[in-house]
Amino acid sequence: MPDLLELREVSVAYGNRIALDSVTLGIAHGAQVAVVGPNGAGKSTLFKALVGLLPLTRGEIRLHGRPVSEWQGPVAYVPQREEVDWRFPVTVYDVVAMGRYRPSRWLRRLNPEDRRIIAESLEQLEVSSLASRPIGELSGGQQQRVFLARALAQQPHILVLDEPFTGVDLATREAILELLKGLRAREVTVLVSTHDLDLASQRFDEVVLLNRRLVAAGDPQHVFTGRHLQQAFGGQMMVVDGKVIVVDQCCQGGREREVGR
Amino acid sequence: MIDWLTEPFVYGFMQRALGAAVLVGVVCAVVGCYIVLKSMAFLGDALAHAILPGVAAAYLLGVNLLAGALVAGVLVALGISLLSKTGSVREDTAIGIFFAAALALGVVLISTMRSYAADLTHVLFGNVLAVSSTDLWITGGLAAAVLLAVLLLYKRLLVVSFDPVFADTLGLGVGWLRAGLFLMLAVTIVVSLSTVGVALVAAMLVTPPATAYLLTRRLPVMMVVSALIGAVSAVAGLYLSYYFDLSSGGTIVLVATGFFILAFLLAPQRGLLWRKWRHAK
Repeated sequence: MPDLLELREVSVAYGNRIALDSVTLGIAHGAQVAVVGPNGAGKSTLFKALVGLLPLTRGEIRLHGRPVSEWQGPVAYVPQREEVDWRFPVTVYDVVAMGRYRPSRWLRRLNPEDRRIIAESLEQLEVSSLASRPIGELSGGQQQRVFLARALAQQPHILVLDEPFTGVDLATREAILELLKGLRAREVTVLVSTHDLDLASQRFDEVVLLNRRLVAAGDPQHVFTGRHLQQAFGGQMMVVDGKVIVVDQCCQGGREREVGR
Repeated sequence: MIDWLTEPFVYGFMQRALGAAVLVGVVCAVVGCYIVLKSMAFLGDALAHAILPGVAAAYLLGVNLLAGALVAGVLVALGISLLSKTGSVREDTAIGIFFAAALALGVVLISTMRSYAADLTHVLFGNVLAVSSTDLWITGGLAAAVLLAVLLLYKRLLVVSFDPVFADTLGLGVGWLRAGLFLMLAVTIVVSLSTVGVALVAAMLVTPPATAYLLTRRLPVMMVVSALIGAVSAVAGLYLSYYFDLSSGGTIVLVATGFFILAFLLAPQRGLLWRKWRHAK
């Protein structure tokens, strides 16, 4: 089967600062991929370029063999939590219903099919009971689930999640992992950025290790080697008793992850 | 009591004033919901002042003042959205530049006139009692157009204002919608000139929606409640200004502010006193 998603020498720059440098990458249809790397490695930039939010400085991204800009519907993107206005007066149902908006039918009301899909999405993320609550009143984990439910309601071919495990409770973390499992049956290709290297190596088919350039990509055993991690994390890594310890500092305090080798 | 209520409206000018005031109260309150939610109050204020040179120019040329204001408002709205779209200037900076330049142009134009005409002070502070029936028709037509646009663009404006990133991934023209919103705002301000004037229109754009925000939890409900507050403030303000011989625009804004203070203190869940009382229990 041909790659669903192909990146060819993709570079993205903000002004003079290069955030992503000549990344070439193929992602197979239906694969679940974790994207890891230190802060500022270009994970969010990669995702935003994928969904067409950022212009490429060089290179191209092809989806189903065609430029990604020709597609709109099939990629669902869940941004980091900080990027949403939580004080906006919308309910959980309103937010998930946005997943059914289509450019060609702005004036039409939701049809029974839309309503069914919305109800299913709410159900799957276990937020049905919150449907009429304003999103500002929910906990961080619940908010994350609502946005996942919206992405699900879009019925995407590719689901792109930026840091979905950051700042959420255990129940939400499990709910997200359950959701990803369920998406395997539907052959949805999933890309997730995370700081949790354990999770990346255990629950995902493929890992993409990024530090502005592509360090390594492929199955976790081959990506998580001392040499690769040294390249990606540099000073944030050390070797103790023959084990590699990566100190990947994310937003809150920072967590230590051990990857044996 | 009935007499007290009906007495002002035996006069034609009071009937027109009522019509204009209610129209303005409603349109400002509805469009203002987006202004409040997107923290664009500064833009509303800037646009209002930027309209001044259009009015002054129209006065010098002897054409309809509303038409001059409309042209200026549309030009400034498009100018701000174009300048900030280039990305080299931040939007609030772009607004600041246009605001100051337009206001300066207005002042310069006015200074060329021999006498400050009463018409121009009406532009600054409004004079709802002087609304002609032509003005009322123009106001009504523009108000209807703005409300229709809000209705037709409802879903798109909802997505763009709540989650612009998501709107972008849906392939919505976010830039165009923002320009459209600026345009609606400019028209709304022009519509309000005769009632509350340039100096006070920002209050009508911000105060009723801010009040409604404290009382509601969904955008459509917020818009309806905001429109009601805008309309009631307009009517109550007009009565007060009639019986106590006060500036109509100022009184309308003060009534709306009174509603805001009430909501700020007493609104369920969000009100200051409500929270204190809940806390004490």
